[in-house]
Amino acid sequence: MIRFLARRLAQSVPLLFLISVLLFALLHAVPGGPLTAYLENPNVRPEDIARLRTALGLDRPLGAQYLSWLLAFVRGDWGYSIADGRPVLERLVERIPATLELVGVSSLLAFCIALPIGVLSAVHRGLDRVTSVAAIAGISLPVFWFGLLLQLVFANRLGWLPSSGRASFDGGDSLDIAAHLVLPVTVLALVEAAAWSRYLRRAMREVLARPFIRAAHARGVPERDVLVRHALPNALGSFVTVVLLDAAMLVSGAVVTESVFAWPGVGSLFTEALAKRDYPVLMAFLMVGAVSVIALNLVADVVMRAIDPRLREAA
Amino acid sequence: MSGSLLARAPRGAALFLAGLLLAAALAPVLAPYAADALDLANRRGAPGAAHWFGTDELGRDVLTRVLFGARVSLAIGLLSALVSVAIGVAIGAVAGYAGRWVDDVLMRITDAMLSVPRLPLLMLAAAVTQPGVPMLIVLVAICGWMETARVVRAEVRTLASRDFVSAARAIGAGPVRVIVRHLLPGIIPAASVATTLAIGRGILLESTLSFFGVGVQPPTPSWGNMLYQAQTTMSTAPWLAIAPGVFIFATVLACNAVGDVLGATPAARSAA
Repeated sequence: MIRFLARRLAQSVPLLFLISVLLFALLHAVPGGPLTAYLENPNVRPEDIARLRTALGLDRPLGAQYLSWLLAFVRGDWGYSIADGRPVLERLVERIPATLELVGVSSLLAFCIALPIGVLSAVHRGLDRVTSVAAIAGISLPVFWFGLLLQLVFANRLGWLPSSGRASFDGGDSLDIAAHLVLPVTVLALVEAAAWSRYLRRAMREVLARPFIRAAHARGVPERDVLVRHALPNALGSFVTVVLLDAAMLVSGAVVTESVFAWPGVGSLFTEALAKRDYPVLMAFLMVGAVSVIALNLVADVVMRAIDPRLREAA
Repeated sequence: MSGSLLARAPRGAALFLAGLLLAAALAPVLAPYAADALDLANRRGAPGAAHWFGTDELGRDVLTRVLFGARVSLAIGLLSALVSVAIGVAIGAVAGYAGRWVDDVLMRITDAMLSVPRLPLLMLAAAVTQPGVPMLIVLVAICGWMETARVVRAEVRTLASRDFVSAARAIGAGPVRVIVRHLLPGIIPAASVATTLAIGRGILLESTLSFFGVGVQPPTPSWGNMLYQAQTTMSTAPWLAIAPGVFIFATVLACNAVGDVLGATPAARSAA
């Protein structure tokens, strides 16, 4: 297991290297490079920009710049936000709890929705027709538009729920915090549940076609037990893998949902930074996003090996 | 009853897409008003007989803008899908057929691209390059070829070990000929499913980018930037957000429904 883990970790190093080159190239493709924000500012004189260019080493060859950027990044020195001058790392870290709250609650809800739908639609043809249409509709939904509609109906028109933010201005009690969660969680959970129920349905179908299921039927195991005790545990493994592999989709969903509902998480930090062309923050967000996705893929591999002995023998 | 209705849904989806394409192509003829006709006396007018979907903040007819926006949104969806599937097929076929280090390098690049969250990456790329419509198509395509590449690679690897491929090689066919004449026909089912799904994804991505102000720039109408302009007046003029959103949703839904049916056909299932 340790050797496997070490090998997989070693494999993700070149991956991260590739991603960092890609992102660095993108950042420097900006006309004016990372100093664009100052170029458009009438209060910054051209000679100041020239001085900054030398001070920040932007006149050095690209390769050298990349190396020093990479070294600084690995050490946790992610530069300063153009918008407010604070360290990028600090700005990112303070937004993480809100994002974890939103993503955690909605993923839990999505799992509770996707589990019964995925299992039952794998066996009931009639139900499958309905849930398939619902799931495809959920996947096709423009997330930002769905969020806007919910805001319009439940916050503006009916006035039942707050339209944005994480809590009322005065802090708010737990009921207030829960009320702020309802709309963004609904949006994110629905999008996740739509995709996840499809994954689970497919995983269940694959398992249900295997001989050991027929054997269980032949032994007279009740249908319900075949589903829950024989098929589901075998399907969950590949389901969890696909869900974790799909983490990049979750990041995209969180960015949109947080922005629409002004949820003070990492995702809305990204769109705020985008509006201000705050490149150090954007860059750090994408690096952190990529690292998390790679880490989750690694977790998926490890979990699969832990629960499925066949994979250990095959390796 | 509901079963038979649902069974007919994919055909309805295909018809809807065909009708929409026609309507977009004929937009200058069909649209009740000129594309940029202003009616400043009638700004943010509610839907009615004269303006079925209402008017926007400059008094422009929303139905007209939805029709002209369809040209932009559909063009981005269709063309980005074709480009991304072409890239995916090329990379997947080369990786699957060449094997060894070529395969390793190409698949690591694919993994790297898949690890970066697609939408934020696109947003950053769009903010940096400030693309026009053609560049936007290229950007969306560059961020969308990876799934196709993986499917095609797997497919090509299975096909490449079959006897007819060995036979082709034995009579002296080179790698290009083997890939183009013998392997590519086998991946058409998988590629057509990928294309349909990519159209829907492209339309969603365009609308999301434009909604955040980094996609199609006004005055060119797209469904996404209509929503971008509508969000500030959501509570006073919600119809500005309803029409373009419904069209995005319906179009993406139709693409995904058609893709789902294609994906369930025997040819595609054997490919999956």
